[in-house]
Amino acid sequence: MVAKKGNRGGVGGEDAEEELTRVPLQAILLADSFATLFRPITLERPKVLLPLVNAPMIDYTLAWLESAGVEEVFVFCCAHSKQVIDYLENSKWFGQPSFSVTTIESYNATSAGDALRLIYERHVIRGDFILVTGDTVSNMSLTQALKEHKERRRKDSNAVMTMVIKQSKPSPITHQSRLGTEELFMAIDPNTKQLLYYEDKADTLKGTVSLDKALLIDNSSISLHNDKQDCYIDICCPEVLSLFTDNFDYQHLRRHFVKGLLVDDIMGYKIFTHEIHSSYAARIDNYRSYDAVSKDIIQRWTYPLVPDVQFFGNCVTKLERQGTYRASDIGLSRSAKIGPFTVIGSGTTIGNYTEVANSVIGEGCIIGSNVSIDGCYIWDKVTIEDGCKLKHAIVCDGVVMKSGAILEAGVVLSFKVIIGQQFAVPAYSKVSLFQQPVTQDSDEELEYADNSSGNIEIASIPNTPEKLEEDLTTELSDSQIQAASEVGNGGAGFIWSVSEGGHEEGWRHSVAPIPADRLVEIIKNATDELEISNEDGNILPPSGELEPGSVNDSDEDVRDDFAHFEKEVEATFLRAVHENIKEDHVVLEVNSLRLSYNLTSSDCAGALFYAMMKLALDTPHGSPGELVKTVASVIAKWKKLLKYYLPSLDEEIEVILKFEEMCLESTKEYSSLFVQVLHLLYDKDILQEDAILNWAAEKEEADESDKLFLKQAEKFIQWLNEASEEE
Amino acid sequence: MDFQVVVLAGGFSKTLVPLVSKEVPKALLPVANRPVLSYVLELLEQNDLKNAIVVVEGESAALLISSWISSTFVDRLNVEVTAVPEDVGTAGAVRAIDHRLTAKDILVVSGDLVSEIPPGAVAAAHRRHDAVVTAMLCCVPVSGPSDSGSSGAKDKAKKAGRYNIVGLDPTKQFLLHIAAGAEVEKDIRVQKSILRAVGQMEIRADLMDAHMYAFKRSVLQDILNQKETFQSLRREVLPYLVRTQLRSELLLNGAQSEENGNGKDALQNSKILLSQLLANASTPSFHEIYALGPAGSAPILRKTHKCCVYIANKSKYCARLNSIQAFSDINRDVIGDANHLSGYTFSAQNNIIHPSAVVGSKTTVGPQCMLGEGSQMGDKCSVKKSVIGRHCRIGSNVKIANSVVMNHVTIGDGCSIQGSIICSNVQLQERAVLKDCQVGAGFVVTAGSEHKGESLAKKEKQ
Repeated sequence: MVAKKGNRGGVGGEDAEEELTRVPLQAILLADSFATLFRPITLERPKVLLPLVNAPMIDYTLAWLESAGVEEVFVFCCAHSKQVIDYLENSKWFGQPSFSVTTIESYNATSAGDALRLIYERHVIRGDFILVTGDTVSNMSLTQALKEHKERRRKDSNAVMTMVIKQSKPSPITHQSRLGTEELFMAIDPNTKQLLYYEDKADTLKGTVSLDKALLIDNSSISLHNDKQDCYIDICCPEVLSLFTDNFDYQHLRRHFVKGLLVDDIMGYKIFTHEIHSSYAARIDNYRSYDAVSKDIIQRWTYPLVPDVQFFGNCVTKLERQGTYRASDIGLSRSAKIGPFTVIGSGTTIGNYTEVANSVIGEGCIIGSNVSIDGCYIWDKVTIEDGCKLKHAIVCDGVVMKSGAILEAGVVLSFKVIIGQQFAVPAYSKVSLFQQPVTQDSDEELEYADNSSGNIEIASIPNTPEKLEEDLTTELSDSQIQAASEVGNGGAGFIWSVSEGGHEEGWRHSVAPIPADRLVEIIKNATDELEISNEDGNILPPSGELEPGSVNDSDEDVRDDFAHFEKEVEATFLRAVHENIKEDHVVLEVNSLRLSYNLTSSDCAGALFYAMMKLALDTPHGSPGELVKTVASVIAKWKKLLKYYLPSLDEEIEVILKFEEMCLESTKEYSSLFVQVLHLLYDKDILQEDAILNWAAEKEEADESDKLFLKQAEKFIQWLNEASEEE
Repeated sequence: MDFQVVVLAGGFSKTLVPLVSKEVPKALLPVANRPVLSYVLELLEQNDLKNAIVVVEGESAALLISSWISSTFVDRLNVEVTAVPEDVGTAGAVRAIDHRLTAKDILVVSGDLVSEIPPGAVAAAHRRHDAVVTAMLCCVPVSGPSDSGSSGAKDKAKKAGRYNIVGLDPTKQFLLHIAAGAEVEKDIRVQKSILRAVGQMEIRADLMDAHMYAFKRSVLQDILNQKETFQSLRREVLPYLVRTQLRSELLLNGAQSEENGNGKDALQNSKILLSQLLANASTPSFHEIYALGPAGSAPILRKTHKCCVYIANKSKYCARLNSIQAFSDINRDVIGDANHLSGYTFSAQNNIIHPSAVVGSKTTVGPQCMLGEGSQMGDKCSVKKSVIGRHCRIGSNVKIANSVVMNHVTIGDGCSIQGSIICSNVQLQERAVLKDCQVGAGFVVTAGSEHKGESLAKKEKQ
């Protein structure tokens, strides 16, 4: 509040009028990340309520917003909305004098876009607002950023958003930041700080960042960054909400909204950046950032949001030597060793000879003797019996680990899981009382999920946690029995299998540090890649004047695209064959492919023809003669489809050329049958004789090597020629 | 200094027709009444770089240039003139004199550079980082006629003048990306690997590659031998080196140690250290960090090499005479805003009239003008912002503005010349009016004719 007033004073009295219509500073807090990286924990509890160094994440966000001078917060809840609302209602956030918290509940929002559209409909936002998610930890002051934002806004009404960024160089090996987020490429105008380019889900296969040449027309200099981190704290104008409403396909804040504004250049709206240097801001969107931010909190980077300064002054935790925090009422054995950077919540007892280091232990836990805990996050009311070993794991409320159980690096135990005696949970596995949902999503969800986080594993999880929860009680009894064997004798819980590619992600986003051998492996791969790209580099044009070089370059892109297109057409065709789809539908699908790849109908003809020939080839056949017969039947069956794409001679010639190419490259089996197939196509009226003759004439001038098939077809062409003369 | 200088003087450049002719190759085109090549050679002389190889395309041009050099720089510079076949490109030219290169580093300068930027500064930047190549970048010159409202012209030039797109590291010492020629008009494609290694890259469109490079000799020779298709230093060799700086294919260390007669790593390392000390760099550059690989992990030897830049101060003059427009601009600037380059002493009226020149009554020669030796002007003439060569005969009532008139030109009474270039031995008969024209050597412009924006030249007898 104080900061806010200072800001006003700085701007000067000129805007007395504005002062009259002054609206309180508002914020939208999205209490749902619309992602599933914290599964299976988030099946039972919303992410914003997960404890972060023994306090729910949302408390950090709210405390920061309050200290930053925000007066009204709208908390948008969707998943587990009941829990969030209950928590907030019973918390001290309700009923603060100059800080109002309002909840907005939705049952069907599936993305940040939906949330913002809903909020727009409520007409509660009256001025500039702060948009954050409920998993943000920050201690930055908004004064400067807000001032810049307002000043820009006064000069240029198109400056709709200011994005907070922070210096953070991604690891050169894994290309991910310390917070486990993917590397981010940004282009920023160094003078105005306008954001010009944003690529956060970098295609690692593509070795270049491609900036539109138009960018340099307006700016003679651009800064390209790979060393910044997006804090996901945005200062937005009310227009942002209406933009989301106008563009109802915007789902994701960055991937759709930011990209949309930058690329599509809608109405010239601009996004600017504000870099913070000394203050802290981070978002927890995966287990790795959970680990990193927890450590930052313990090491007091987030001051005043640290364990011994509670949000409402009920200071029960004391800071001791070596960054160790202890609640006053813990039962600690004399022989237990508490290492550095450890937090122990109240009411926890720790047995003899137990060693704890770099860990957070919640309230009311019972930890036996000879237990070793390193780098773990143990939540409330957990029971760990004697002799357990835990390393870099997350253990949720109510978990029981029977004696001698071992958690390897990166394990996540969801609520109330019981691990049997002496059982070792394999690295990176996630254990929950819920069975892993099976893959049977609606298309829509799949698509969105795919867009939303790029994590493959989520594709296999339906988006209806509440329902599951209801089933829990009935299911539990059965499942406990079933699950028992999965996590050892007397245990309860299912080990979630990591779906394809998921293992790759496992180490990337787990709480455990990346093992050294993994790093070595990546480096090795990287050098291999480097060698490949090296070769690419040589193919790459020598640049500049040698026009063909640079043309070749873009050609490569086109060819790439074309290959994709070909594959898609082939897949479409095969589906049509197997599922007996009508030609009309295939035409529709191929047309839409053609449009999306921006190709011509002759390309479609080529691709379809290729697909047909491939089909014929893949059908089991004995002799070449049989193959020709298969070709004949396939062609006969799909003639109408092919013909649709052959409106003129040009397309037919394209088909011949394509066939030639196939004979030479992909499907050499046809090379001896070239003439036969050509004849067949002629007989079936796929190709007109003019097309064949034109092709022959075109080929006449080609190199000797190119004439291979022309020579084969010589007789046939001669015959055609004679036939036409006879007429 | 262990630098060998190669001056690429070109030949009869096609882009400069009709200014160049059989008698006047590009390097001998006059800038304020002396050949453009003299500016480079004097710059070298001032920097104590007295050994130079001047490479000329074509035998006849080489003869012309060598005779001029020997007459002018006889005691001052040790210059060798070498002819190479035409159209071999800049890389081809250097390849052709490959065997003559002996020094550790080679400074390659374009013969059409008119600049006051000391090559020594480029050489120092090169040595400081032990770079394989150091390119000099200068600000894009303001082109176009300066009379029509200078601010307006500047804006226009700003839009049009795009020579290079360069990427620099935050310290502005290393070259991370360069696009030249046709690539400038395309989308900018920056290599992620380099961006990752540096973290931050500044992309600039307002800098121009001035075609003054320092190369490590062994590297330059390697590339020229390996990549036989490379024709241009600017468009191919430099971009290649920049592109491959983090995955160097050059046998850099090997070649070096051979040459220094020591293969010991210790010496090599101490050398790197020394270069760092010289650079006042408390931290190693990103190249070294990248080469060492991520801290503590299994060291994989990555070869890197450094491409450096020297960015000329904005206030320093730097331009290349590589187009007709540039010829006019440079002539204008050298007797105008950048007149300290011309080497002449200007009069109180800010012009130079040779003592032997004769000026008729009521004739005014304005500031930023030059009137060469033995030229005569009639009465009631007016000369503004123009260069007039030697032994010209100019009648009465002649107006010359923003133009260059070379030697032995005859101009009849009542002619008007604006924004034009008149080559040697041209005859302008009475009342000819030229605006924005180029008139080739020996051409005769008939009386009373009017030309605008034309290029007039005699039909070359091939």
